Amino acid sequence: MSILIDEQTRVIVQGITGRDGSFHTEAMLKYGTKVIGGVTPGKGGRTVCNLPVFDTVKEAVERTGAQCSAIFVPAAFAPDAIREAADAGISLIVCITDGIPVLDMVDLYHELKRKHVRMIGPNCPGIISPGKCKVGIMPDFIHMQGDIGVISRSGTLTYEVVYDLSEKNLGQSTCIGIGGDPIIGTGFVDLLEMFENDDNTDAIILIGEIGGEDEEKAASFIRTSVSKKVISFISGRTAPPEKRMGHAGAIISGGKGGVEAKVKALQEAGVVVVDRPDQICDLL
Amino acid sequence: MLQQYGITVPQGQLADTPEQAAAAAAVWGDKAMIKGQVLTGGRGKAGAIRAVSSEVEAESTANKILAMSVNGYPVKQLLVTECLNIRAEYYVAITVDRTNKSVVLIVSTAGGMDVEDIAAQQPEKIRRFTLVGADEQVSTESLIQWLSESFPDTSLLDRATKITQNMYRLLRDKDCLLVEINPLAVTADGRLVAADAKIVFDDNGLAKHADIACLLNPEEYTADELEAKDAGLTFVSLSGEIGCIVNGAGLAMAMMDGIKLAGGNPANFLDVGGSSSPQKVLAAMRILLRNTRLKAILINIFGGITRCDDIAQGVLLAREELDINVPIIIRLRGTNEEEGRSLLSNAGMIVAHRTKDAIRDAVNCAYKETQQ
Repeated sequence: MSILIDEQTRVIVQGITGRDGSFHTEAMLKYGTKVIGGVTPGKGGRTVCNLPVFDTVKEAVERTGAQCSAIFVPAAFAPDAIREAADAGISLIVCITDGIPVLDMVDLYHELKRKHVRMIGPNCPGIISPGKCKVGIMPDFIHMQGDIGVISRSGTLTYEVVYDLSEKNLGQSTCIGIGGDPIIGTGFVDLLEMFENDDNTDAIILIGEIGGEDEEKAASFIRTSVSKKVISFISGRTAPPEKRMGHAGAIISGGKGGVEAKVKALQEAGVVVVDRPDQICDLL
Repeated sequence: MLQQYGITVPQGQLADTPEQAAAAAAVWGDKAMIKGQVLTGGRGKAGAIRAVSSEVEAESTANKILAMSVNGYPVKQLLVTECLNIRAEYYVAITVDRTNKSVVLIVSTAGGMDVEDIAAQQPEKIRRFTLVGADEQVSTESLIQWLSESFPDTSLLDRATKITQNMYRLLRDKDCLLVEINPLAVTADGRLVAADAKIVFDDNGLAKHADIACLLNPEEYTADELEAKDAGLTFVSLSGEIGCIVNGAGLAMAMMDGIKLAGGNPANFLDVGGSSSPQKVLAAMRILLRNTRLKAILINIFGGITRCDDIAQGVLLAREELDINVPIIIRLRGTNEEEGRSLLSNAGMIVAHRTKDAIRDAVNCAYKETQQ
């Protein structure tokens, strides 16, 4: 098994006629993902990679029964694309687009919650359940089917860890890049819960970084609700402090968000936190 | 900008020299304020905001402030304003709370300097109100109700409500991450004046707001940072000796951490981004080599969309076009790794397979002289 996506997941691509959209549609199809169509307003009736293109997500859902949408549209149109997908009955949105303003994400976060629609991203590499399905832009050849779950805020750092895992024959159940933006659709906690409940996931790797409190929240969730082994790496020890947000930033964060606080919280929850990403494999 | 949104600010004039400052101060008679203009907080604490009571004092104070740096930003301009007769100081800010995924209004009756210390020591003095969150939009009535606790005087309450609403309008209109007025001063003559303010705009919103994007002050960035911006690179200068070129922010941060762990110090953060052309690598190398502290260059690439052979070609191009006098340590993995590797080894360069090994080699090369 795996979480979020598998060989049954029916996927459409919003922005399928764009450069990135069409390139990655082909890559996803090649990997075996059931991509069954795409959406670009005004370009309905065309085909891309032999798949039908629709004008609206609603039409695409009605005609193909899609459940999942991968969003590749430019940032300026992404918030509307996300809303359109949610209103059309898509249950899982994977938003690859980067550069969406933070205030738009504040609004969207709560709208999606009210509509019970899950979103991964934005500004993320997407999701892959190795050997079954990939919805995203990650290099698939580095992955291998197995029983380790990976959740990460970073793209290339995740690839690095996954490459190490596969090289040592440690396959993955599902790998999720949750995105590096300040406000994202799904954080660590929801995914930890899914991995905990997934019979085919034996251990979980959590890759975090400085900023926000998602790692701290993950730590308190792990303490109470995760029985599986969790290994973590947090990057950003040497990152310079953020100067711009001044008073309000300090009031809001209350001194949290640094690497030390995150490492301490995770360790207290029984998570093994490594100093270097290459040490993760040695612990599995 | 606050004025455009109907918020009262002190009358004032910009000055570039002590002489101009003295002339501007003269307008206000025997009392004026001189404020160093820098794009960071903590100015009051650093002594970059001072009251003066004569033209002569204005000139000498201006001279002192113009020689200062606040948080590493040199003061290059001054704002000379009327000296408000302040009866009370509020802190009022609207900002994004990333943990709660909300937009919050923060109000404190203890405005002025060190408000974050008050937040830590006397949290009851800092009040928060969620403007956008899990619940539907808040009503004006509930906002007034909430504000009335901080502004019991009804005439102040009315104006504070308008100021708050206008701050929120500004935040939404221009995609701000922060609109902060500190202090919001109650003057002796009963006015409510934004004595000082700070606005942080969302970089992701700049595409929508040409009027804000053009405010970008090139002086806020170093020449290196501007060149990096133009080349599509994300670059931050740091104080160490090992120059870093990496694809992806997470991998870049992890590698910088790794350098530190191995006993070295990174000279910079540099993310070449997703689709890296040889030209981008050349630009990155050019920027790094300008750093006189540089002792080694460490290139770490995990090819997903990025192709390792593109990176290798960029390195070879840089060797031809630039005068490179420090060792280059390269680690390539991922898409077209073999092609990239053979390009470089044919040119006599060694390519590492593991980040750990590359970091060790770079630290050894960079600090060899000092160890001997």
